[in-house]
Amino acid sequence: MDPILVLEQSLNGLQFGLMLFLLAAGLTLVFGIMDMINLAHGSLYMIGAYLAAAVAMATGSFWLAVAVAMGGTAVIGVVLEVTLLRHLYQRDHLHQVLATFALILMSNEAVRMIWGPTALALDPPPSLAGPVELLPGLYYPAFRLVIIGVGLLVAVLLYFLVSHTRLGMLVRAGASNREMARAMGVRVSLVFTIVFAIGAALCALAGAMLGPLFAVQVGMGESILILAFVVIVIGGIGSIRGALVGALLVGMVDTVGRTFLPMWLRAVLPPTVASNLGPALASVLIYVLMAGVLFWRPQGLFPARG
Amino acid sequence: MAVALHQRVRPAIVVPVLAVLCALPLVTQWIDEPFYLVLASRVLLFALAATSLNLLVGFGGMVSFGHAAFFGAGAYVVAIAAMEGVTSAWIAWPLAMGVSALAAAVIGAISLRTRGVYFIMITLAFAQMMFYVFVSLKAYGGEDGLSLPRRSVIGLGLDLKSDTTFYYVVLAVCAVVITLLWRLVNSRFGRALQGVRENETRMEAVGFPVYRHKLVAFVIAGAVAGLAGALAANQNDMASPSMLHWNQSGMLLVMVILGGTGTFLGPALGATVMLLLEETLAEFTLHWQFVMGGILLAVVLLLPGGLATLLQRRRTDG
Amino acid sequence: MRRTLAALTMATLGLTAHAADQIRIGFMSTLSGPSAALGLDIRDAFNLVVRNNGGKLGGLPAEVVVVDDQMNPDTGKQLTARLLKKDRVDVVTGIVFSNVMLAIAPSILENQTFLVSANAGPGAFSGEGCNPYFYVASWQNDGYHEAAGQFANTKNLKSVVLLAPNYPAGKDALTGFKRLYKGQVIEEIYTKLGQLDFAAELAQVRAAKPQAVYIFQPGGMGINFIKQWVAAGLDKQMTLIGPGFSADEDVIKAVGEPMVGMFNTSHWAHDLGNAENRRFVADFQKTYGRMPTVYAAQGYDTALLIDAAVRDAKGKIEDKATFGKALASANFKSVRGEFKLNVNHAPIQNYYLRQIWKDPNGRITNKLVGTVLTNHADAYAAACKMKAW
Repeated sequence: MDPILVLEQSLNGLQFGLMLFLLAAGLTLVFGIMDMINLAHGSLYMIGAYLAAAVAMATGSFWLAVAVAMGGTAVIGVVLEVTLLRHLYQRDHLHQVLATFALILMSNEAVRMIWGPTALALDPPPSLAGPVELLPGLYYPAFRLVIIGVGLLVAVLLYFLVSHTRLGMLVRAGASNREMARAMGVRVSLVFTIVFAIGAALCALAGAMLGPLFAVQVGMGESILILAFVVIVIGGIGSIRGALVGALLVGMVDTVGRTFLPMWLRAVLPPTVASNLGPALASVLIYVLMAGVLFWRPQGLFPARG
Repeated sequence: MAVALHQRVRPAIVVPVLAVLCALPLVTQWIDEPFYLVLASRVLLFALAATSLNLLVGFGGMVSFGHAAFFGAGAYVVAIAAMEGVTSAWIAWPLAMGVSALAAAVIGAISLRTRGVYFIMITLAFAQMMFYVFVSLKAYGGEDGLSLPRRSVIGLGLDLKSDTTFYYVVLAVCAVVITLLWRLVNSRFGRALQGVRENETRMEAVGFPVYRHKLVAFVIAGAVAGLAGALAANQNDMASPSMLHWNQSGMLLVMVILGGTGTFLGPALGATVMLLLEETLAEFTLHWQFVMGGILLAVVLLLPGGLATLLQRRRTDG
Repeated sequence: MRRTLAALTMATLGLTAHAADQIRIGFMSTLSGPSAALGLDIRDAFNLVVRNNGGKLGGLPAEVVVVDDQMNPDTGKQLTARLLKKDRVDVVTGIVFSNVMLAIAPSILENQTFLVSANAGPGAFSGEGCNPYFYVASWQNDGYHEAAGQFANTKNLKSVVLLAPNYPAGKDALTGFKRLYKGQVIEEIYTKLGQLDFAAELAQVRAAKPQAVYIFQPGGMGINFIKQWVAAGLDKQMTLIGPGFSADEDVIKAVGEPMVGMFNTSHWAHDLGNAENRRFVADFQKTYGRMPTVYAAQGYDTALLIDAAVRDAKGKIEDKATFGKALASANFKSVRGEFKLNVNHAPIQNYYLRQIWKDPNGRITNKLVGTVLTNHADAYAAACKMKAW
């Protein structure tokens, strides 16, 4: 097997996995600490991407756009949390599903009203539009390398935040035993709001970074939301470490499966059958992985609750 | 908390509704709007699917996020059977129910080992797997779906190509199956199932075969969803992977919650309101989804028990 | 009520068809999402004709009901029921994607409603499955790709990798390319329809080391593919060939400079010299402030075809045979120049080679280079036994 291909695909898997991590990190905290199923998490990702595209179009600066998108989405997240979501924490999961599903509909439509039904283009900074020669013969898009860098940086920062700060301690306390934390006098509602804001900002970061690779369009949040849920279930709900491991697993399995599965299949099957079957089987792999994890370790790989 | 295990269905509501449904084709013919009959058939078959899901969510406490898998499987069975030359509804529809039941048995047997959120996610996972399996089945249309060469044949001088006939057949099937489900919910089995929903540990402790009961409910719900899917395939003249997509599962779940989980006819009401809102709002505004979202949100916040509580409250007040 | 009244009057008049009072067009297209630009171009150009005619087509007041299929066959299916049973349209047109077309066409044709395709021309309706109610105003699905295969021969490109989305037109495309191409096809990669991230496929292409890559990726998929192609540095390693719409104004606007030099094949070019085309290009630019694409040209021609047929049928669109014959004769001046409809109602026409260049004003756009296939008919027509009216 071509080593350059293996290397390039591993980088692709790493890149996709780290972006999934940005989404999953916020989702797993909200889910783990507040016991809240937030389907609208994907909408924050979409809103972040749209804000980034709008600012980038107006100012021409990609990095300014990323910053504004993160700030703006965090504010929107806080407003949502304080006015609406807060009232749903104590409610049944089913009510949370219906309410946040309603939020998806509303934010999709709001975005369509503001920016129209066609997809927006978001371009990476011109200096990152080309390839970098990592090894002789291995050209890799500079922008994807930046994505990997940003993802790793966020992972490190989050690790530091969760395990070495007071806020992180409160978050961990909340995730492992919410009632106990409340009883010990933790101002849970403030912690919730802060966590929600961080989660929203990370969504926006993922939206802005992935915007140039996908398209900034209505509905972009829903498909990736399901993947984020898969990630946190594999990793264990409420666990940042689990989210990282789960995200990298899903990213790798998805990307590597997409190339190498058809290759292996081609060795045993006729080429057309193999190239038809490959992509579908690769998509199934993620869910097989999740079902397997749930079957043998129902609490995920890194359960947050003791 | 007092929970009424017996599900009452008030004749004061059911009889007029049935009368209106029976007379509907005359009305649409009179105003010369055949499209509304097509819409009504669609509402009915989704009401059936939502009612079957409610058997799990409302009465069994099993929040399945993969119910569309069985709906879609039923549709595909009808389409594939028709492609292979089997068009008789008397063979194809029971076959659709059988295959969906089988799929439900396998998926349920594994999924029911998990609880709560994990159950939601594992049912989703299995539904997505089935989605991708149908996407990859080139012989059966893959991503494009599979067109029905012709609609199912019932015989008895009924031709499903006619919108009116199709509507009455769907109405009859829905009426019969929903009645049977109602009998089931109020049977010993149904009460036991509701007991499991309320307190699974206790039911287990008194020696009740909880797992087996839940699995049976899961299989029955799957079979009914398969039947609804078989009807849907006939209405659309095709089966497509998007019928199994998680969006569809989510939509069914929203219909159930909107109408009211645990009330017997709530989900059918939810399906009706949802589809009719979609249709009428779209007439008035391009941005109907925004209004729809607002309405759903209002229901969650103001009517936690779903729309069905509107009807119930009148009963307790009066 | 309108329909019953018309039927009643027809009955009392002894079944002599009379001119209808208006023509209702069901315009279903992809108007949202990453490939919305395609549907919007077709719609805008179609409307341009209607507007220039003072709101009429062939002398009849035209009502155009516009709906969005979201590139989803299921949605298209439900909208079809509404168009046929509620809006009761006389003609359905506008469909961009072949998967939507395959899903909705049977019920429309069975309802004996005319279906005039403004883009998709799937093989399923070109051969044995041809239908008196089905017309293609654009090009049969294989055409662009046959031309590209032929062009690859003349360029002496000995090995290619083919890449297309996994849906009917994608399969038609690769079949079309391989029909005339004589070199070696190293690999055929099918992507998911609507896929936007091609990192895995690009790595595969790099490893396969072909001389050239032929892509069929319409709309937003093409824009993303070419952007990522450049970002991965593949533009320096091999030649990229595409069908005309993957190298059209919308893609050029999104990708820019790196596209200069790319060859593509098309049935139309904005610099084709005929008078009708010059007027269309100027008119479209003036009205919408952007350059027309092949999709716009197709939308324009579709409207002209319906316009001519209604006129030739003297407004008797309820008389299916008269209207159908008028459609089949395609009696109008197309912006693509000479063309006519084959027995299967798909065009016989030239396919051209275009290359992207920087014109003297510094604008990046397509330039007509030559003709690849002359008066080309599709390979399916022989199998078509068109039912006579």
